[in-house]
Amino acid sequence: MSALLQAKGLIQQYSTAKTFLGKTSTMRAVDGINLTVREGEILGIVGESGSGKSTLGRLLLGLESPFKGKILYRGHPMPEPRTAAWRKLRAEMQLIFQDPLSALDRRLTVSAQIGEPLEIHGLAAGSERAERVAELIAKVGLRQDQAGSYPHELSGGQRQRVVIARALASNPRFLVCDEPVSALDVSIQAQVVNLLRDLQDREGLTMVFISHDLKVVRNICDRVAVMYLGRIVEEASSDALFSDPRHPYTRALVSSVPKIGAGLHGRIILQGEPPNPAARPSGCAFHPRCRFADADCAATIPELERHDGRLAACRKLRHTLRPAA
Amino acid sequence: MSDTATIPAPRFISRIRLKAPFLVMLAISWLGLMIFVAIFVDLLRPYDITAMDLGARLVSVGAPGHPLGTDELGRDVFSRLLQSIRVSLVIAFCATIISALFGTTLGFLAAQFRGWVEHLVVALADFQAALPFMIMSLAVLAFFGTSIWLLVCLMGFYGWERYARIARGLAISASAQGYAAAVVQLGARPSRVYLRHILPNVASTLIVSMTLTFPEIILMESGLSFLGLGVQPPESSLGNMVGFGREYLTRAPWIMLAPSLVIVLTTLSISLLGDWLRDRLDPTTR
Amino acid sequence: MLKFTLAKLARALLTILLVMSFAFIVLRLSGDPAQIMLGPDAPQDAVDAFRARWGLDDPLWQQYLAYLKQIMTFDFGISMRDQSPAIDLVLDRIPATLALTIPALLLKIAIGIPAGIYAALHRESIADRGVIMFAIFGFTIPSFVLGLVLVLIFAVTLGWLPAGGQDGWEYAILPIATMSIGGIGIFARFTRSAMIEVLGQPYIRTAMAKGLPWREVVWKHALPNAAVPIVTLLGFMVGALIAGAVVVESIFSWPGIGRLIVVSVANRDLAVVQCILLVIAASMVMANLLVDFAYGVLDPRLRHGHAAH
Repeated sequence: MSALLQAKGLIQQYSTAKTFLGKTSTMRAVDGINLTVREGEILGIVGESGSGKSTLGRLLLGLESPFKGKILYRGHPMPEPRTAAWRKLRAEMQLIFQDPLSALDRRLTVSAQIGEPLEIHGLAAGSERAERVAELIAKVGLRQDQAGSYPHELSGGQRQRVVIARALASNPRFLVCDEPVSALDVSIQAQVVNLLRDLQDREGLTMVFISHDLKVVRNICDRVAVMYLGRIVEEASSDALFSDPRHPYTRALVSSVPKIGAGLHGRIILQGEPPNPAARPSGCAFHPRCRFADADCAATIPELERHDGRLAACRKLRHTLRPAA
Repeated sequence: MSDTATIPAPRFISRIRLKAPFLVMLAISWLGLMIFVAIFVDLLRPYDITAMDLGARLVSVGAPGHPLGTDELGRDVFSRLLQSIRVSLVIAFCATIISALFGTTLGFLAAQFRGWVEHLVVALADFQAALPFMIMSLAVLAFFGTSIWLLVCLMGFYGWERYARIARGLAISASAQGYAAAVVQLGARPSRVYLRHILPNVASTLIVSMTLTFPEIILMESGLSFLGLGVQPPESSLGNMVGFGREYLTRAPWIMLAPSLVIVLTTLSISLLGDWLRDRLDPTTR
Repeated sequence: MLKFTLAKLARALLTILLVMSFAFIVLRLSGDPAQIMLGPDAPQDAVDAFRARWGLDDPLWQQYLAYLKQIMTFDFGISMRDQSPAIDLVLDRIPATLALTIPALLLKIAIGIPAGIYAALHRESIADRGVIMFAIFGFTIPSFVLGLVLVLIFAVTLGWLPAGGQDGWEYAILPIATMSIGGIGIFARFTRSAMIEVLGQPYIRTAMAKGLPWREVVWKHALPNAAVPIVTLLGFMVGALIAGAVVVESIFSWPGIGRLIVVSVANRDLAVVQCILLVIAASMVMANLLVDFAYGVLDPRLRHGHAAH
């Protein structure tokens, strides 16, 4: 599979707490990420809140420009946000939001919103547009009589279907789903996840699926990258990652997914403070919460290295695996 | 955007409305009557506003042919009152529209470009807050002389910062997390985002603000005209009728009382209506 | 606190600079300043002298700097009507205006705030309704109508008070009443809603649940918190008072700044208008600074600029 999108050395930082005389402190949301998204795959990005996964998603879409590093889409650099070239490229890449109600304009009907990308990119007008909208409505499993409804008249799941239909209107090749189901009822989540999976199959879409919910990620993704405080700590195929996690953080995450019949036995409970990007620990950012950490871990930042057909960033892993390899 | 914000809208009337909603109906009827007068004044008024009848000077209220009496030159007060309603309403209406357009545009520009554009808008609002609008208007009239169009444009600068603040605030919140951000990432140009999405969403709030600005502009214009610096004779407005009527306060108080009553009833009606609209259309506004 | 003060001062200075620039720009836009400042009948040598003195043949930015320098040294030009320095004319009139505005402001505070507190503590009572009705009048009746009606009743019909002029304390009663009546209503209504909002807060319920006497809850917990929005209103009131003085002084022929500006505008005596403009802007900015510092005292959160959450 060829690379659709490549991120090289991505760093994104924001300034926080502006004081009067211009003293600003910076916060790194994304701290040196190299990542390749292959054509036709679903890549999962998981991590706790504050891990920078949403920022990474926005960077991959080119919605904001990185502080350092670059993004190549089909081998070409991503244009600057809000330029004409950037706007044109929006037809090929779309975002699906966490909260569908706030992503929709509450004063426009469902069909007006689904058809909007067609107008913006001049793809269809008149009866052709109406046909295309009807087709999209059917594709995401909404009823045709809901075309004239307003967002507040729909349920959460139906709204998310509208957002998905709108995102598909311009026939995009690349979709970033940022926590697309976490605002939905659990009973609806599976339906929407299945819809996304089906669409990806049928249309051959490339998808980045951002979530903190490992069950969903395991269900849908081909490959998974685990993020902790702005860096990828482990990247592997979905099967490998969930059956045999290597990084101590991934192990803790995977062990926290409840298994039928297993009870709470074997769960790894993480100690210490949850990650805070404004106060980043030295060395390996995970070391204050890690069972295996030693003085070395607090001093040096581990690189993402290849172990058994996967990538992981842990010094302990290298030491323990090297003799065995 | 400025810590010297406008005084929060008076909401006292809402309590009365709950007790007597027919007051709102009365207010609407009165405003309807005023608009009717403003449109059809040429058909309604019995005399020309400059028609003098020196034989019938300062005729009292209720005299035959002169329901509101006559003034010092024997001109019919009723006819002049009707004409003044038109002039005052037209000035206030145009000025309210100008102020809303100007303020909303500046607010959107501040939201779209942030940075120095935003600072500039804030500095302008600060400047306006540093001078009572009355004083600023007097200064401009002193430098440029008085004309009706200058007056309309001047009044059009009244209250723009209220719209700017609302438009900017709502546009920023819509762009940060919401439908505007969603449409931007679909590839829409800013003009589409603002005109097709943000503007319809903030329109009701802006209209409610207009019901606040409108009576204030009527008061401001009539104040200036009262001082003899607004609408100039032979044209007549409510304020300038009061101003000229003041000379005959002892002998012919009706010349001054009739337009005063119209001013008070009109501003009261719009405030009532605005308060009611605020509760109906936009429970979140203040 | 120092940063907070500096930021406020910088903003105040910027605002004054903006007002000065406004006067400069408007003056330039309105035509040849020499003709305007000296009047159409001015002799040619006077015009030339004026042009030389104000450097009207220099590039515009130099003129602007010269203008700012002139203002800094309190040189506002000569009144073309009285041929005396504009600043002297204005300073002469200030005491008369203060003699109206200060009592009016004190009355607004002394009557409006207690009435608002009383109304808030006795909601739905007759007194409360009265306060609301009074506030409606305050908001909708323009001061020129109110002033004339007062004259009609107390001077023309009853003959108790003089209708205009300045010959003793009884001459000030009607002007002060006109200026304060509307404001009293607005103050009372605003205080009332600020108090009602504070009384609905959880900390008030907590204080009452602790068993504190009602009187103490009101005085120690509710009032200090309601004071912040009331102080904001006080800042606006200064502007409203000045605007009100223009109308009221004209109605009652009171020789203050308000009347001076109206007369000067009618005569296009630009030096005086410009001088009044700057004096008023300076006092407004000062009033706003005072209000800002009052916030600092009343609300400890605002003392540390950004630390508020």
